Amino acid sequence: MVTGTHFLTMLRDAGFDFFTGVPCSLVKSLIATLEERGGYIPETREDAAVGLAAGAYMAGKFPVVIMQNSGLGVCVNALASLSLMYHFPCLLLVTWRGYQGKDAPEHLIMGDISPTLLETLHIPHRVLNTETVNEAIAWAAGVLNQTKKPVALLLPPGVMQ
Amino acid sequence: MKLAEALQTVIPFLGEALVVHANGFISRESFNLEDRLGNFYMIGSMGLASSIALGVALHKPERRVVVFDGDGNVLMNLGSLALISALQPRNLVHVVFDNEAYGSTGNQRTISGQVALEEIARAAGYAKAQRVDTAAALHTAAPEFLSQPGPSLLLVKIEPDTEERHIGRITHEPTQIAARFMEAISK
Repeated sequence: MVTGTHFLTMLRDAGFDFFTGVPCSLVKSLIATLEERGGYIPETREDAAVGLAAGAYMAGKFPVVIMQNSGLGVCVNALASLSLMYHFPCLLLVTWRGYQGKDAPEHLIMGDISPTLLETLHIPHRVLNTETVNEAIAWAAGVLNQTKKPVALLLPPGVMQ
Repeated sequence: MKLAEALQTVIPFLGEALVVHANGFISRESFNLEDRLGNFYMIGSMGLASSIALGVALHKPERRVVVFDGDGNVLMNLGSLALISALQPRNLVHVVFDNEAYGSTGNQRTISGQVALEEIARAAGYAKAQRVDTAAALHTAAPEFLSQPGPSLLLVKIEPDTEERHIGRITHEPTQIAARFMEAISK
């Protein structure tokens, strides 16, 4: 398992310097670390976070938007008609509730379709596991710099402490 | 006052301000009146103009950042009024052109006739919020709002455009809109 502090160090080392989103229990240690150090902006909705990240990018930042996969549904239009259309890169760190069909009922449908939803939007993504977090973050930063469009990292349970 | 007159009243006071435009007629009318380099035209993602502007304002505190918003847009993202209030960006001016209608889809009514958006902004914690109903009042208020510390919200009551009128679409490609705006930010 990776600690939130270590995860943040890896994100910062890859160049990410703006953090916003809506929390999930699967990333609580990362958000706690961000809050301790200052600079995390708690958005009210995931699509607004995508908008905030777009503005931050135009002002020179390299943004991360943290959300639960439920929020992926909320921000579909923001991704399609803002980030993807204008070429605004942002790393979507999406926690994967409903992973492998084992979760509370409200997470099962979105859990089942999360990767398909990203594929439908043509958003490149990888599933994080403890051993390859650093490699996946470096991959995401590389694709973001190359394509200037969003990239997602799906975070299943059991990866972050 | 119609949208075009309201925009013509405010635009001369913008100076070097960066202006994020809400989608629909606000973007299109402003683009056709004066296509400033510091204009960002949000042509999709309804509701998010104030979020985009906040993202810019937080990282360019030395620049005046203005949102040209609409009542339908504000109602779609009321949480943005709360976040702007929580973060208090002093360089952010939120101008809401309120025609109490979804103008670009055929003037279906919004609820801003019953709900005072400037009161919501004031209650949320904007440093200043005011409603103006006439071009003369707007002419007085615009330079004040654009020079004083914010976050502030100026609600401009306008009449919906009822006659069929052709307003040209934005002719720049979205990536070109972004590139121009980023250049204006970095100047």
